Amino acid sequence: MSDASLPNGSLPSGGANPQSVSLTEPDARTKKRNAAEKRFRAYGIAAIGAGLFFLVVLLFAIVSNGMGAFQQTFINVPVYLDPAKLDKKGERNIDDIKKVSTFGYNPLIQKAVFDAVQEAGIETPLEKTKDMKALISASAAAQIRDMVIENPDLIGETIDVRILAASRVDGYLKGRVKREDVARDKNIDAEHLDLVDGLQQAGVVEKTFNLDFILGADASESRAEQAGIGVAMIGSFFMMMVVLFLALPIGVAASIYLEEFAPKNRITDLIEVNISNLAAVPSIVFGILGLAVFIQFVHLPQSAPLVGGLVLTLMTLPTIIISTRASLKAVPPSIRDAALGVGASKMQSVFHHVLPLAAPGILTGTIIGLAQALGETAPLLLIGMVGYIATNAPDGIASGLLDPNSAMPAQIYEWAKRADPAYYERAWGGIIILLVFLVSMNTLAVLLRRRFERRW
Amino acid sequence: MSFVKLTAAAAAMATVSATAVVARDQVQVAGSSTVLPYASIVAEAFGENFDFPTPVVESGGSSAGLKRFCQGVGTEHTDVANASRKIREKEIKACAENGVTDIIEVRIGYDGIVFASQIDGPAYTAFTQSDIFNALAPKVMVDGKLVDNPHTKWSDFNADLPAEDILAFIPGTKHGTREVFEEKVVAAGCEATGAFEAMMAAGMSEDDAEDACLEVMADGRAVDIDGDYTETLASIDANANGIGVFGLAFYENNTDKLKVATMAGVEPSTDTISTGEYPVSRPLFFYVKKAHIGVIPGLKEYAEFFISDEIAGGDGPLAEYGLVSDPALTETQEAVANEAVMGGGS
Repeated sequence: MSDASLPNGSLPSGGANPQSVSLTEPDARTKKRNAAEKRFRAYGIAAIGAGLFFLVVLLFAIVSNGMGAFQQTFINVPVYLDPAKLDKKGERNIDDIKKVSTFGYNPLIQKAVFDAVQEAGIETPLEKTKDMKALISASAAAQIRDMVIENPDLIGETIDVRILAASRVDGYLKGRVKREDVARDKNIDAEHLDLVDGLQQAGVVEKTFNLDFILGADASESRAEQAGIGVAMIGSFFMMMVVLFLALPIGVAASIYLEEFAPKNRITDLIEVNISNLAAVPSIVFGILGLAVFIQFVHLPQSAPLVGGLVLTLMTLPTIIISTRASLKAVPPSIRDAALGVGASKMQSVFHHVLPLAAPGILTGTIIGLAQALGETAPLLLIGMVGYIATNAPDGIASGLLDPNSAMPAQIYEWAKRADPAYYERAWGGIIILLVFLVSMNTLAVLLRRRFERRW
Repeated sequence: MSFVKLTAAAAAMATVSATAVVARDQVQVAGSSTVLPYASIVAEAFGENFDFPTPVVESGGSSAGLKRFCQGVGTEHTDVANASRKIREKEIKACAENGVTDIIEVRIGYDGIVFASQIDGPAYTAFTQSDIFNALAPKVMVDGKLVDNPHTKWSDFNADLPAEDILAFIPGTKHGTREVFEEKVVAAGCEATGAFEAMMAAGMSEDDAEDACLEVMADGRAVDIDGDYTETLASIDANANGIGVFGLAFYENNTDKLKVATMAGVEPSTDTISTGEYPVSRPLFFYVKKAHIGVIPGLKEYAEFFISDEIAGGDGPLAEYGLVSDPALTETQEAVANEAVMGGGS
């Protein structure tokens, strides 16, 4: 080989002892450099490993804490709708029936559960129908009252209903409430838990999948078992619609103008700097702005998803503008030149050629911006969307935009603050649902980019 | 052109949203996080039993709620402020400056403030007001002299308490609970230990001495909790030697994690609070803007429903949740029915 005949001094890695230099045997310095690279790779893998570890721990915590929220304990009993209690005059006049409040229905339900206990032959020291109160959710009375008001002919009949069990009963079946703790709990005691065991064997009490958690509305502190995230989900949906219909056109229009038409001067420079700054403004600032401008100055209603959407629009705009400008920039100038060369106007070149090519990038940026807005709580604090807001599902676009509502992250925050431990479980359950939305939106963004992206 | 369409659509949306001034048809409530559970229970039952929409209840603390309440009259401002303390003169003035003059004060009942610690933690089972004062005040009485607080452990001043470092999680200043904590516990301890008299003897005026009595040390042994009781609970969970200040209802919902201490030998419960035996309790209020009655549908009905016998009475859902019902409920009901405002009416 000619290499062997080369003079030692001409080799690049000379070192102190030229005699030992060989191309196949690495010298001390090369070894050191290789070791440094290996170490760096190990650090990288360790960093990724640590990240994955925390992700797994987080997901495990979320799933193990939150899965309970998707199950709920129900009591199946026949309830006799006593005319003597519900319609004393016996005229089936809807106004008279409405006068009987939910408190008037409680004894009927307690009687029904008491009868079920007797029928199942469970021995218990609890001898009064009123003692059954601790087992039954306060929501049951409202549920049956609504049925009666909708159909007054039910009065006098015995109807089979599925009512919610109280949150402590539910917690007992899920293992959250333990027998050794109930001695100091004034909401339930060991005798009631014996009853629950008996009724579960008799098939009266059962734990099943809880669709109402996904579709239902928020509930007050005393009925954790009734609370659901559905209405907050609709609130989030309407807010996202407002963001989409405002932020996308405004953001795209602004970026097209800035990128394609605007002259480069001090003013456009200033605007550009400010857009970048706006992207870094803490979201709570937009909340204060929303309170001052949209509610106190424009007099839009408080707690309305419309206002929430407007505030989140302000927050999402910079994200959309920045990503749109980046994808417009990525379209090669030769496309514009070709269009202009065959006689297209500047606007035709933008709308017929540049914009379609930039669309996948714009779409991805928009979806990421929406996902970011979906998880935002802080600006909603100030415009009245965080709190106890238990509305029914809106019955149209106007009521969806203007009736008070919450949003998913706000609902989770609210639940995490409440005293009953059952709400803690629901907060984790809400996080699972929110994460499902975020992951699917981000996956959609990735898929769209993969599918439509063009490289030059 | 799609560009024109897009801009037109955006402009249309903007104008529609800018001009739509919509009359509000649900009651808006904000204020004390102690009252929030009760208010939410009432709001829910109200929505179920009346044809009015369910009121919206926000929390944030008594002071924050009253501040928003006092911002003005009109549908963009809240109708009701929940408070775990009485409204202050300063706040009434601030209200008046913004045109909120006729305020109806409604007392809904009483709430106990309890001292609780981790269930498996040290044996904090009995406190007196003097213990809390000795632990947290910057200047305390030692051997008959007023000195800078030398105590670091509970056992330093009361041999019956565990030899643990002093650590207390107390409500932040925006909570109404803080005021009650200062007046009924710290100030009471100040007088009981003789520190108050010693301060007066040292030449302080009565007002200065009273203010000095309310101070707590800022060296980390007393941690202000500005959030809700869940935050206090989390802090207690993480610090076995800590004690926390809770509402009675919150404690009763979390008896599996917390153990409660007696105060001056009395165990806190709805019974001992209603008889007045348990010393640390306070009335809970809500304030109604009279100018909004008749403007916001259901406002007066909500106020009347809140204090009706079936809600706020001894067997009602509020008492079940932990509220100590007010013996003078009938008078409150009358006052609300007559829309009696503060200062003027009753």
